[in-house]
Amino acid sequence: MMQHHLILRVITKLLCPCIVLYAFYVQFHGDYSPGGGFQAGVILAAAFIVYGIVFSVDQAKQVFPPWIVHKLMALGVLIYAGTGIVSMFLGYEFLDYGAFTPHHPEHGQHWGILAVELGVGVTVTGVMVGVYYAFASRPPRISDEEW
Amino acid sequence: MLVATGIATVRMTSLFAVVMLSGVFSLLSALLLVTLDAVDVAFTEAAVGAGISTVLLLGTIALTSRREIQTTRSPGIPLFVVVVTGAALIYGTLDMPSFGDPNAPAQTHVAPEYLERSQHEIGVPNVVTAILASYRGFDTLGETAVVFTAGIAVLFLISGLRRRREDEEDDEGTRL
Repeated sequence: MMQHHLILRVITKLLCPCIVLYAFYVQFHGDYSPGGGFQAGVILAAAFIVYGIVFSVDQAKQVFPPWIVHKLMALGVLIYAGTGIVSMFLGYEFLDYGAFTPHHPEHGQHWGILAVELGVGVTVTGVMVGVYYAFASRPPRISDEEW
Repeated sequence: MLVATGIATVRMTSLFAVVMLSGVFSLLSALLLVTLDAVDVAFTEAAVGAGISTVLLLGTIALTSRREIQTTRSPGIPLFVVVVTGAALIYGTLDMPSFGDPNAPAQTHVAPEYLERSQHEIGVPNVVTAILASYRGFDTLGETAVVFTAGIAVLFLISGLRRRREDEEDDEGTRL
């Protein structure tokens, strides 16, 4: 299966790490440059989806098993809401990031935004890859030649 | 170019070409957003609209059919609805302030306050991120929950995990 697209496969292998790296850049550099959790999540998901398209869904599933994907979807929301709850336990309002470093609220905001964006990114990655797996794992009605 | 792509999308019957053209459409609108200085939105549009949704539509085509079924009904009523809606939208834009107008409500309401305060209150250079994650943290939490719910719903609707595990054999991963 799919042994013929040699150039595509080599290029994908080269590109995938770059896409993942870029996703992490967008994720953690989101407070300085355009981007943030949502975009980073989509880009990270795109890396796995490209891998899944060029090789096969089954190989993509070996790299990034569906059960992890499904856990990630929930984990992201938990990270986000958990950030808010932690700040509540520290005696501040829900999602008031100043709680993390009381002497220097700006730094707290930084950490809070980082955590929250991480939550968004994790959820979005999980959902996008999960939806792709759900679509791609069904036996297709159209054979390859018909394209 | 956007309009040309849109018309071509409507005229095509090969769904594969339609999907590709909708990807082109998204990419062009991303460029439009870049010219409007909305880089964050353009980023999202390019990644989601041109990237992921194209792939998902291709996956849908693989599950259904390649060709559009020609309708026999006359296009009169849909065309009328579309024209009226379009006219209403264009009429609505007539009242909007011109681009970059300093007196526009978008520039005078809360935006200057955010721009002024976010630097010393939050200290994050990208104001979009500051607003999104800090001032509007609740909204973004809600959005994340929406994305999560949507993902769960799609999984429940179309994956059928247990059923699939049984006929894993005939699923050979024939993609594209």
